[in-house]
Amino acid sequence: MSAAMDRRPAAFWLQLAFTLFVCAFLIVPVGLSIMAGVTRDMFIGIGSGVTLQWLVKVWTDYRQTVFLSIQIAMACLALTLLLGVPAAYVLARRQNAFTRAVEELLVMPVAVPGLATALALIVTYGGWGDFRRSWVFILVGHVLFTLPFMVRSVLAVLTSIDLRTLEEGARSLGANFVQRFFGIVLPNCRGGILAGSLMVVTLSLGEFNMTLLLHTPLTQTLPVGLADTYASLRLEVGSAYTLIFFIIIIPLLVAMQWAAAPPRRRKPVEETL
Amino acid sequence: MSGTAIRLERCSKTFADGTRALDPVDLDFAGGETVVLLGPSGCGKTTTLRIVAGLEWPDAGGRVLFDGVDVTTVPIERRNVGMVFQSYALFPNMTVEENVAYGLRVRGMPADERNRRAREMLEMMQIAPLAARSIDQLSGGQRQRVALARALAPRPRVLLLDEPLTALDARLRDTLRVEINRLLRGLGITTVYVTHDQAEAMALGDRIVVMDHGRVAQIGTPRQIYEVPSTRYVAEFIGTMNVVGGEIRGGALHFPGGRLPLRDAAATGSREAMFRPEDLALAADDGSAQFSGEVLASLFQGDHTRLEIDVGAARPIVARIAERRDFVAGERLHFKLSTPAIPAPVQST
Repeated sequence: MSAAMDRRPAAFWLQLAFTLFVCAFLIVPVGLSIMAGVTRDMFIGIGSGVTLQWLVKVWTDYRQTVFLSIQIAMACLALTLLLGVPAAYVLARRQNAFTRAVEELLVMPVAVPGLATALALIVTYGGWGDFRRSWVFILVGHVLFTLPFMVRSVLAVLTSIDLRTLEEGARSLGANFVQRFFGIVLPNCRGGILAGSLMVVTLSLGEFNMTLLLHTPLTQTLPVGLADTYASLRLEVGSAYTLIFFIIIIPLLVAMQWAAAPPRRRKPVEETL
Repeated sequence: MSGTAIRLERCSKTFADGTRALDPVDLDFAGGETVVLLGPSGCGKTTTLRIVAGLEWPDAGGRVLFDGVDVTTVPIERRNVGMVFQSYALFPNMTVEENVAYGLRVRGMPADERNRRAREMLEMMQIAPLAARSIDQLSGGQRQRVALARALAPRPRVLLLDEPLTALDARLRDTLRVEINRLLRGLGITTVYVTHDQAEAMALGDRIVVMDHGRVAQIGTPRQIYEVPSTRYVAEFIGTMNVVGGEIRGGALHFPGGRLPLRDAAATGSREAMFRPEDLALAADDGSAQFSGEVLASLFQGDHTRLEIDVGAARPIVARIAERRDFVAGERLHFKLSTPAIPAPVQST
């Protein structure tokens, strides 16, 4: 056996080391966290028994944060679709210095730290009491942060197809703007819209930086609640909370991979005509 | 179908950045006629087509008329034109049949009627078995047929084709050229066809409009354009033209290698004559020869031999000789013209 191991190339050991490294920092902590969420007493370890009591506790005390997070994510998706898709269309159709500048500016909320954006929002609109206290205040922050992802994702697809000629083709066949936009433009950037949507929902669900400042005790979102439990309650409760977050987010991540996969290439038929 | 007559009146096009794509042109296309706009890229042929289509507006003062009715401000959506693009512009989100039926659907034609019409078009283009395919499952030639079927389905008044065969390989291009020709003759629809390929233009056009730098260089039947080009540019863009300089007297051009009989004896100040390589015939050295020269190069092409001959003119001439024999460089040959040469237009035109 040791002879067989000696023959392995150095690359094998490098790859093995890398894999273990990834495991140590990505998979093991996640696994331990999940385990902690269902362990009776983490101080003793998994030997103390497995329980769903922490999950029940989190669900009882914090389910409002889960619902609010989903509500904000859906509203955020609706707004980024309404704002982002037409914006991407205009940016794709009119390539000039102005639209390029707009494209750059749209990315600003991603580049600027979330805390700074949130502070700016509070400084500007903090005095509008009802608005400040409502969940819509958080929504504004989330839309600012996620919009560029929607625009970029749709824009990437729109610039990869010959949109102008497709539209000219539709026009020559008598299609008006509405018919073209819904019959030609939207169906042909479906992949980009789908990928962008999943990205927006995922980012909104997990957003913490801005939300920490934008929320009020009555508008706690899931990540903020999570921070709250880790800071003030037992480790097991925080871990159970994380587990709930995983249950929501993992199907979304899988769907995102699936949507972002390139369409199945069908082999063109032989030239017979 | 009698076909819609198209008329362009003083149509010019200047783009926003100040580029002049088209100088004011007047063009008349008779109903049912196939007119080919021919020229190199940047000559204004596509801009002209797009003005006819309604995808571009002519500069102020220009007018587009369909059967005498001013349609200058009518957008393409309501001009009822069929258009085939170089890239085909087929909709990837639809099947072949849905593509063909699209123009009927946006006009609100009932489903069963438009399906029948789409089927009819697919039959006509011999692609009925492909009806349910998606666009990315089609070959280039099949896409071309779908594009034609889609453009023709709504029974447009005019058919506009923008370099429709350029994206295809040479053999397929020949096949489709013959087919498009038969199709256009059969339909009798007014057709404007843009190409940079002179062979395509010759084969398809009832008339050819040769364009150069945003101007019309010549309008005529393919035969007129080929045999009596009105400018040096036209002569050299279409096929190969030999130009020989000398002195014109007595109905012939005299030059060091001999003389060239001229078709139009009353030449107008020209000091040059033009003739095509295939107008040359070998002659015996017995006085029937009109001129002679020395073989510089010989290229056997199967059905003919292409010779480069030094006849003592400024440039060597090209001869296309069908005779079945070999030629060697340095050999002295004697020629006569089977068709008289024409005086070359003065260079400045």
